[in-house]
Amino acid sequence: MQTSTVILFLLAMCVVVYNLGRKRSQVLGQRIGGYSLLHSLPRHYGYMAAAWAAIPAIVVLILAMSFEERWLAGMVAEQLPPEARELPADKFGLYYNQVLGYAQGMVGAEQLDATQVAAGDYYRRLADRFASAKAALAFLAALVGAIFAIRHISPAVRARNHVEGIIRWVLFGCSFLAVLTTLGIVLSVLFEAIQFFKIIPLSEFLFGLEWSPQMAIRADQVAASGSFGFIPLLVGTLLISAVAMLISVPIGLMSAIYLSEYATNRFRAVTKPVLEILAGVPTVVYGFFAALTVAPFIRELGESIGLSVASESALAAGIVMGIMIIPFVMSLSDDIINAVPDSLREASLGMGATMNETIRKVLLPAALPGIVGGILLAVSRAIGETMIVVMAAGLSAKLTANPLEAVTTITVQIVTLLVGDQEFDSPKTLAAFALGLVLFFVTLLLNVIALYVVRRYREQYD
Amino acid sequence: MSYNSTTAIQASLKKRYARERRFQWYGRLAVLTGFVFLFILLADIVSKGTPAFTQHFIRIAVNFDADKLEVSANPTEEELYAANFNGVIKQSLREMFPDVSGRKDKRALYKLISIGAEYDLRDSVLENPGLIGTKQEVWLRAHSEAGSYLKGQVDTQLDEADRRVKDNQIQWLDSLRAEGRTESRFNVIFFTAGDSREPELAGIKAALLGSAYTLLVTFFLAFPVGVLAAIYLEEFAPRNRLTDLIEININNLAAVPSIVFGLLGLAVFINFFELPRSAPLVGGMVLSLMTLPTIIITSRAAIQAVPPSIRQAALGVGASPLQTVFHHVIPVAMPGILTGSIIGMAQALGESAPLLMIGMVAFIMDVPGGVTDPSTVLPVQIFLWADSPERGFTEKTSAAIMVLMTFLIFMNALAIYLRRRFEMK
Repeated sequence: MQTSTVILFLLAMCVVVYNLGRKRSQVLGQRIGGYSLLHSLPRHYGYMAAAWAAIPAIVVLILAMSFEERWLAGMVAEQLPPEARELPADKFGLYYNQVLGYAQGMVGAEQLDATQVAAGDYYRRLADRFASAKAALAFLAALVGAIFAIRHISPAVRARNHVEGIIRWVLFGCSFLAVLTTLGIVLSVLFEAIQFFKIIPLSEFLFGLEWSPQMAIRADQVAASGSFGFIPLLVGTLLISAVAMLISVPIGLMSAIYLSEYATNRFRAVTKPVLEILAGVPTVVYGFFAALTVAPFIRELGESIGLSVASESALAAGIVMGIMIIPFVMSLSDDIINAVPDSLREASLGMGATMNETIRKVLLPAALPGIVGGILLAVSRAIGETMIVVMAAGLSAKLTANPLEAVTTITVQIVTLLVGDQEFDSPKTLAAFALGLVLFFVTLLLNVIALYVVRRYREQYD
Repeated sequence: MSYNSTTAIQASLKKRYARERRFQWYGRLAVLTGFVFLFILLADIVSKGTPAFTQHFIRIAVNFDADKLEVSANPTEEELYAANFNGVIKQSLREMFPDVSGRKDKRALYKLISIGAEYDLRDSVLENPGLIGTKQEVWLRAHSEAGSYLKGQVDTQLDEADRRVKDNQIQWLDSLRAEGRTESRFNVIFFTAGDSREPELAGIKAALLGSAYTLLVTFFLAFPVGVLAAIYLEEFAPRNRLTDLIEININNLAAVPSIVFGLLGLAVFINFFELPRSAPLVGGMVLSLMTLPTIIITSRAAIQAVPPSIRQAALGVGASPLQTVFHHVIPVAMPGILTGSIIGMAQALGESAPLLMIGMVAFIMDVPGGVTDPSTVLPVQIFLWADSPERGFTEKTSAAIMVLMTFLIFMNALAIYLRRRFEMK
């Protein structure tokens, strides 16, 4: 029986149990002289019974599903001939995947040898048996829970409080998912990264000046070739982010100043949403724009004044990324400038300063920490941005500060290393996770600093 | 002394006012630059993408001769599926241009018609078997290169070696056009087909459905979980370290680069739980983790904005805290919650980086039938087409972007509408 059908049956069972629970409480209520003498409404007794049936069944299902593959793999491996079991880990993985493919009907029997076919058949038998056992166990758990709950029903049972207690736990579980997600990110990335650092020493990764994972053809060449140096990627990332900041910070900041200090309300009401469209454009669209419109334009422009510009120049990717970030910088600066108390403005204007002197000498210094925080957030955005650079930046890592050359970034390398078929424990794949770890921590650090700066600044005027 | 400083100030005033005006102009210039960027971006996409919504057809006289098709006079369906429609099309072309000789020229001639034309022809014969043995004038889909010439996108001034459409093809196409044998039609196949290697046969239906399935999964996971989490944090959470931890985590997750969620999906959902690669199920799960912070943060703001009097009234007539929240607070906060959720969904619809990580970059010709079938989504389809070397895909990419942007504009307009209604209350 498929898991989805089991779940459907369990749902149907819950409906039945709900009705049974409700009926039973009604019967009990009538016996003592009316529903109003029950502690809770009849439907609360129904909910309670249904919850008691559902929860054990869900627990059983989750446990069974998380152990299913591993248990099956272990059982099948025991049945394999010794020469297959003694294969090295990567060959065995391939061998076992063929068995799995056959068992799931994706690989024909004629492509495999007899032992694999036998193992595949065995796998299928076992999987069937496991699935039936899982379903039976889940139903049994639901049944036991339901019987227990229904027998438990009595007029004095505080069914509503009981159900509400369960719902509160569900609510807590939903918000705890955020912690679990962070934990999942950290653990999954860290686990693979540690595997990677077992092959490539950490110092080589952090300080190496050369990055060329594509050169590693055989697994044993990798450590010797020493091509997993992360510095060129960092420089490339920072170069593109710097170009992006040079575009987005002046334009975003000046727009925010103009819109909050000079513009009429009507102008502002029209302009702001229009500029914010830029924030809603998907990044893949920016990538397309960068690769097919901006990059050729910049190259032709450069060639017309005698400069040699790479067709995947950092400049093109950076400019387009800057355009993307303009609304981000704008709305953050806008919030912060608006948070500066009017008394400061009025004092300065009252002294005879012009508006621009007020802005430059009073507002901006007061808003500076907040603006710096906002810029840090924007930098973290730029570093983590993927599609624009995947489509418009280069692939080969070059250690250069010239924005007219092609550079590559951390995110580009993660994508190129992981897209397409990969073996999961090759250094190339693991390197992507090491890069992911760096990316996660750099952006996390920037965000924490930015939030700290912004918060400290806000406290000054509250 | 006072006289001196006054004149000094008056002398400097001109300068200061000039600076003030300059500063204002910088501001206007900044806003204008933003506008110009937006305009260039949109104009570029629209001008590139509009031609993709039409497609050229060429009318040729096809001889449905049973012998030429290599079928019997009353062919069965199997026979028709194996029939040589391609040969018939080629022969018709040769008959129309009898003076074309030489293999190279002939091949150039055959390239005027799309490879997909034979299937269209087969389908029309399957529908109407009476065609066999007759000679008909048939409209056939043009090859994308021929189509781009007919759309006027080919620069004939260019050296012949530099363009895909050669001189002899241009001559044939011109004579076909002069005879009224070419026609531009709305590109139906763009909305009814999956991906294809041939630009003129490629469509976005598979990607659109993939996006729909993915968003469906995202919505059904992220919306309930996000709203419930917001309810907990806003209404029930005690002030303690655990709550602080949860709040910090939500704020940080909102700023984690999307590609990191892709890594999480790859390591946890695909490698650990061994869920299928390239499936909308996994894509939706990853995107729901990504949009969860947005939904939680906006839902919390919406719940916070509900006046306390509503809570107090409900509690006062004896509702339990949970009944208060679910029966009274949430219905009032719903427009705000929906606004935030729609914005989160729009984000998810435009997102592609994490989906690359979990293998949704496959070449998908078939329309996916469910959430576990291999599929791709619209932004990833755009990414794949943008990478294709064929010129015909550039306009397809832009057209797909136009479709994607239409959906996004619609979703955002809906969110703005809901917010307006919400604010009025």
